[in-house]
Amino acid sequence: MQGSALRLVDFDRCAVELGLTRGMTLADARARIPHLVALEAEPQADCEFLEAVAAFCDRFTPLVALDEPHGLMLDVTGCAHLFGGEAGLGALAARAMRRIGLEFKAAIAGTPEAARAYARHGRGGIVPPGQEEALLRLLPTAALDAAAETVIALSRAGLKTLADLVERPSETLSARFGEKLTVKLRRILGHEDRRITPLRPPPDCVVERHFAEPFADAASLEAVVVRLIGEAARVLEARGEGGRLFEIAFFRSDGAVRRLVIETGRPSRDAKALLRLYRERIETLADALDPGFGFDAIKLAVPVCEPFGMPQHSLDGRAVEEEAVADLVDRLVTRFGRDRVLRFTALDTHHPVRAAKALSAAAPLPEAAWPEPEPEEPPARPLQLFEPPQPVEAIAEVPDGPPIRFRWRRLTHDVARAEGPERIAPEWWRDGSDEPMRDYYRVEDVQGRRFWLYRTGFYEADSAPPRWFLHGLFA
Amino acid sequence: MHRAAPSALPDLRRSLAEATLRMRPAATGRVRLGAAEIDAALSGGIDRAALHEVYAAGAGDLAAATGFALGLALRAAEEKAEDAVARPILWIRQDFVDAETGRLHAPGLNELGLDPARLLLVRAREAEGVLRAGAEGARCPALGAVLIEPWGEPRVFDLTASRRLALAAEGSGVTTLLLRVAATEAPSAARTRWQARALASRALEANAPGQPAFALRLLRHRGGVRGDVTEREWRVEWDRDRHRFAERSLFDRSSRTDHAAPLSRPLVPVSGDGQVAADGQDSGFRRTG
Repeated sequence: MQGSALRLVDFDRCAVELGLTRGMTLADARARIPHLVALEAEPQADCEFLEAVAAFCDRFTPLVALDEPHGLMLDVTGCAHLFGGEAGLGALAARAMRRIGLEFKAAIAGTPEAARAYARHGRGGIVPPGQEEALLRLLPTAALDAAAETVIALSRAGLKTLADLVERPSETLSARFGEKLTVKLRRILGHEDRRITPLRPPPDCVVERHFAEPFADAASLEAVVVRLIGEAARVLEARGEGGRLFEIAFFRSDGAVRRLVIETGRPSRDAKALLRLYRERIETLADALDPGFGFDAIKLAVPVCEPFGMPQHSLDGRAVEEEAVADLVDRLVTRFGRDRVLRFTALDTHHPVRAAKALSAAAPLPEAAWPEPEPEEPPARPLQLFEPPQPVEAIAEVPDGPPIRFRWRRLTHDVARAEGPERIAPEWWRDGSDEPMRDYYRVEDVQGRRFWLYRTGFYEADSAPPRWFLHGLFA
Repeated sequence: MHRAAPSALPDLRRSLAEATLRMRPAATGRVRLGAAEIDAALSGGIDRAALHEVYAAGAGDLAAATGFALGLALRAAEEKAEDAVARPILWIRQDFVDAETGRLHAPGLNELGLDPARLLLVRAREAEGVLRAGAEGARCPALGAVLIEPWGEPRVFDLTASRRLALAAEGSGVTTLLLRVAATEAPSAARTRWQARALASRALEANAPGQPAFALRLLRHRGGVRGDVTEREWRVEWDRDRHRFAERSLFDRSSRTDHAAPLSRPLVPVSGDGQVAADGQDSGFRRTG
């Protein structure tokens, strides 16, 4: 939509034959073709679809980049032989695209720009190595993807094809049309190469299996994963590394891709432990792995690898114990998620809530010393802490004294013992300056229950009455 | 198959080490609570490689039950460590417990004697997850203790589940504690079942609350006990500095004599009886130790 008129953004092959063009107003198009079916453009959905197709194309190469709005770039360097050469790869990709019902045009060439230009403005297909210039010089100047006025200016100058441009000295071209144009030209003609920036960074280690026939039964699926894990473990072992992150991608024959991620706390290449984590992961999936019409490729990638320290097993078993705990943590993290398996670290602050921080156990715990508790003193901090603190109604005997009675959760507690106040000032550099001071009291009711209460504000004539909160429970 | 060779030796070493880990004498035996009378009644403490249950006496005693269970877990983890290694304690908590009783506060754990760095906390949404993680932990012999804390009486925590946990604990030698909050007693395979109630502490100077104190009842003990203890109530304090439970009556007496001497602060000489009276529930209860 531009201005207030509805315009055509895209159309199918049939519409092209009927003479519709991009940017034409909808009213115009309707006048020509009364039975035109028009839908509102959804660029967001288109983009998502393109990403899904990109994920699908992961089966051919790990290096996939989006060429928005309608294209994908695949770096198939060193991958083509797995699919029977470039021709085989092209045919396979074509078949797969047709199966998901896409109209497409593809080209394979020495540089990404050459392939793109050949697919969009040429015949498409395979450009044999070294023949970029010969084949591509015949393309129209529109292949340069320059701004519309540049293309018009070029055509006014009588420069219709890339061949016309190549014959000119590049200095004059860049002086007139800018450096970008000549760079683009060099790239299209294969004089200069630049790699694509892939959508997902290429993993360090990838193992995969492709199947002639899609299959769906769980047992063979697991058998394949077992083999892949074993293979990856061997690759990692040969490199003296262990993986921290394992990503298993299941490629469904209808184009959907499901990725499962397994994370380990330390570098690992223990096939048995990994398989256990994989089973754990499969079991805890909120939406089970739906095979649909079957999977036709499975790929195990290890995006994060780290040097693997060979454990020295002493017979006292300490290292084994540490390893056993780390394995347990990995399994729990896989099952419950990173943020549900926690360890505590101390922070250097007097603020009661911020004094401790729960960190995921999946990452190594930073060293932090906890203050040594005062000998022979009862605990100064509660075992359980309410966050946010719970408001209570309390009565104090003297304005700055501890409460003698308070009501919490509809129960009245008579205070038998109390200690306080311990005045804790807010951290003005975090809380702001209007956060009130808190006076904390350790109190015990007549039944022996111990509470941590605090009061904000003071009993003063000209201010709001203080409020009481219950912040924690002592054992 | 020559490829498998480099990993064979470490594998062998590892399985040997794992075997010794399981064979260690410390993996069996008993955990003394530290309070002489209880230990005597239990013929030396609670079984290490077993499942034990802790119930709270009332809704207000949840924190006390939690504290007692933590004390037990610490005892178990420490008595196991004849090699003075602080083994981690796995605590599995259902989310709802956090909402009801407040979440675990690391400085508070530290004040009760557990180095928070040793604690591994798992927060599970559902009781199924709590059970699952509990069973997983109970099977791991490298842990000091496992504390499982579901909320209420979920269906999954039935007799079969507790049998499974008990078997896992027996196999690994890890003391497994099931902290039942907001639940009534139900048949289980636990070796002992405790009920903990908050007990008025011995006041410090200026009537300040003292050390954490609990009134304990042994509701059930498989394998029997010496004497009739099921009706008995023990009063203990948690001694954070020595990491043990101390009997209250005994503690009181000693605190007035030899125990009080090294303290820098004068203790308010309130006897156990005075506390009981303040407690208001069973005054006249007197024990000679």
